[in-house]
Amino acid sequence: MSVQLDSKIPAGAIDDKWTKYKSTVPLVNPANKRNIDIIVVGTGLAGASAAATCAELGYKVKAFCFQDSPRRAHSIAAQGGINAAKNYQNDGDSVYRLFYDTVKGGDYRSREANVHRLAEVSTNIIDQCVAQGVPFAREYGGMLSNRSFGGVQVQRTFYAAGQTGQQLLLGAYSALERQIGAGKVEMFTRHEMLDVVTVDGKARGIIAKNLITGELERHSAHAVLLCTGGYGNVFYLSTNAMGSNVTAAWKAHKRGAYMANPCFTQIHPTCIPVSGDHQSKLTLMSESLRNDGRIWVPAAKDDKRKANDIPEGERDYYLERRYPAFGNLVPRDVASRAAKERCDAGYGVGPSKMAVFLDYSAAFERYGKIEANKKNLHNASHDEIVALGKAVVKEKYGNLFDMYKQITGEDPYEVPMRIYPAVHYTMGGLWVDYNLMTTVPGLYALGEANFSDHGANRLGASALMQGLADGYFVAPYTLGSYLAGEIRTGAISVDTPEFEKAESEVQEKLTKLINIKGTQSPESFHKRLGKIMWNKCGMARNEKDLKDAITEIRALREEFWNDVRVLGDADEFNPELDKAGRVADFIELGELMCVDALDRNESCGGHFREEYQTPEGEALRDDENYMYVSAWEEIKTGEWKLNKEPLVYENIKIAQRSYK
Amino acid sequence: MSGNMNINLKVWRQKNRKAKGGFETYQVSEISEDMSFLEMFDVLNERLISEGTAPIAFDHDCREGICGMCSMYINGSPHGPLKGVTTCQLHMRSFKDGDTIVVEPWRADSFPIVKDLAVDRSAFDRVISAGGFVSVNTGNAQDGNSIPIPKDDADKAFAAAACIGCGACVAACKNASAMLFVSAKISQLALLPQGAPEREERALNMVAQMDAEGFGACTNTGACSAECPKEISLENIARMNREYLGAAATS
Repeated sequence: MSVQLDSKIPAGAIDDKWTKYKSTVPLVNPANKRNIDIIVVGTGLAGASAAATCAELGYKVKAFCFQDSPRRAHSIAAQGGINAAKNYQNDGDSVYRLFYDTVKGGDYRSREANVHRLAEVSTNIIDQCVAQGVPFAREYGGMLSNRSFGGVQVQRTFYAAGQTGQQLLLGAYSALERQIGAGKVEMFTRHEMLDVVTVDGKARGIIAKNLITGELERHSAHAVLLCTGGYGNVFYLSTNAMGSNVTAAWKAHKRGAYMANPCFTQIHPTCIPVSGDHQSKLTLMSESLRNDGRIWVPAAKDDKRKANDIPEGERDYYLERRYPAFGNLVPRDVASRAAKERCDAGYGVGPSKMAVFLDYSAAFERYGKIEANKKNLHNASHDEIVALGKAVVKEKYGNLFDMYKQITGEDPYEVPMRIYPAVHYTMGGLWVDYNLMTTVPGLYALGEANFSDHGANRLGASALMQGLADGYFVAPYTLGSYLAGEIRTGAISVDTPEFEKAESEVQEKLTKLINIKGTQSPESFHKRLGKIMWNKCGMARNEKDLKDAITEIRALREEFWNDVRVLGDADEFNPELDKAGRVADFIELGELMCVDALDRNESCGGHFREEYQTPEGEALRDDENYMYVSAWEEIKTGEWKLNKEPLVYENIKIAQRSYK
Repeated sequence: MSGNMNINLKVWRQKNRKAKGGFETYQVSEISEDMSFLEMFDVLNERLISEGTAPIAFDHDCREGICGMCSMYINGSPHGPLKGVTTCQLHMRSFKDGDTIVVEPWRADSFPIVKDLAVDRSAFDRVISAGGFVSVNTGNAQDGNSIPIPKDDADKAFAAAACIGCGACVAACKNASAMLFVSAKISQLALLPQGAPEREERALNMVAQMDAEGFGACTNTGACSAECPKEISLENIARMNREYLGAAATS
């Protein structure tokens, strides 16, 4: 079934669209809401906020998460902050500026109307979170504190030390738990969605697996919201949690939801480098560290001296050199590529030579001098100043410094940190219209699971903003436009051929996985997929590598389905079986990512095709031929049709993205 | 990059909640000191799979010390010997070549075993749903800066809110008391003006639910705070007692 791509952007001026939409969208009256079921899959920022808000509105909600508690969703690990156009710093911020920065940061590959709406509701998010008791950082006067993030020249990032995601998620989780306590949300923990059930083309429910008993369950609803996060774990090593997966989104894709811009992956510049083959995940060092830290490599190739022994004049602060206007605060894609460029050219540091320094010595001195002045110490020695500065840095970033020390065994207060880019976020995701509805009627995608707001590169502190915007302020309104047409549907039975068929297909697949009884673990296949993806569809891509990758991934898929070994039974708590199913989906997704990257003959944001770059090595966009969203429709496994949504920019002048 | 440590592991294996459990012994070799404790388990599990033995089930997710999912009781301490870290942040450099390490699940009646080292901590969620929130619907909020909050209060609330809900406090306590966990949430909201209107009801309801879940009483040993990976302070328990007593006296 082919669906016409209609983004359903409301008519009118950009700053009126959302206001007008809200006042004209059909409503569902409270009595009818009580008879409408909504399923929310995933309980991160988007899912928890959506589930709580829909229940507050009066809908009957069922929420699902694979973790043992909704509070553990991976939003919890976000460190740095959340953007909002509050302009509390009086530094010239505005809704328009946040909108503009986000579209430019996304390298002109996001949808204007969605991004503007995001910027508009950003301010409500902060208010809502404060009201919930989220303990944001504050100044001595009691007012909220802000800091800067990459790709931006104002201070609009709100934060709670290096644990902003945790605090925001606990706020949304407490709102969700309040509704669970009130009996308005039924919560299913340790449950994984394994299929979407469609009836007459509409999403009518899901098949979920109880991960403790292995039982398959049928759940029906008038609308299904996928808030299941991104798919960065397709690379095996990433900053995502071990359990983060694409399965829910992929099952939806296989039921007719288009996958948009899957190749747009964010490689975050400041992560702790890989230390060996045993490594199971990578750890982010928050972008906020680039506020005060300076990034450098030795000016000479293959310099074997220790960092502290290399004099100032023999260091190359390459970001400050290449991008004087933004310096160390260039956007993530730019900073990552610059680090890769230096390391590939032979200037890398550390045992693997695949790392650069993130150095705080200048910040220790700068803060130390300010502190000394505050304390009236006019003859402080250099050591005293540094000690004072370290105390300030400890208060701002202490938990991050501790984490670094814990993982590497090195003390970042004494030697510069070693960092290297790592997979962090995926801008691509399920295609959605302005209502956040996928190409399957009644099936929605919120937060990182959709594609709409970040184009080809996401700015720092914008993921939390989008997750909460979608869940608290967007979907609860836009659902009305669909559900108003569902008030006569009545309760949806799960005893229908459609549910029966979906359940038996899921059961078949699980049985198949267990019965292959091959020789290689799901983990080993995941590692191999990750290597292919990182080497050939990672920070730099080219036609030949992508073609090779597609061939290799297809062979890997064959091998997986013939030789995977899943121990244990289907009717028990069996994390191996769950992992096997997720790896199978990652393998299919990996192929599509390469297909998408191969189709896009340009470089933009996180997608860098080596064939398309300026003489200075900057990304070279092709607006004439590629200013569209690639929305892939699955024909059958391993075969897709490309649908295009043209991108129209009426409010922002398209320019080459420059941070110089 | 494999290493040169050899470790003897004694691990609790239990097929499900009802089955009888017991310790199994495993030798793991070529362990690198840069590995995390959980990565050492990954190595062991890969080997078990290649030998055709069911791998050890354990809970874990973010592996950066913030989700609260990992939960191993190592040599008699929740999250192992290092202060202020979760199991996933514990690295093998904290152990010596040739060590014998005993690994058990959290032990508490209120945290029944799911399988091997994984337990059911849904009791914590139910305590939160009894009152660990501010009753403010989406859209009700006033401007975020309209109520100034003294930095000291905000910082203290933040320190209490740093709790990751892992349950180490319960596992550490000889009475399996959940007072540190419950008091952290009560404190966070009691310290902020937004939490004030419901503070009495909150304390009463959360404590009632805590008792209903079968968590033990507090005898002021302080093991909970000493073993807490986020070093949540005992002060919170004192504050919770004041909140509760104050509420009980007026209700």
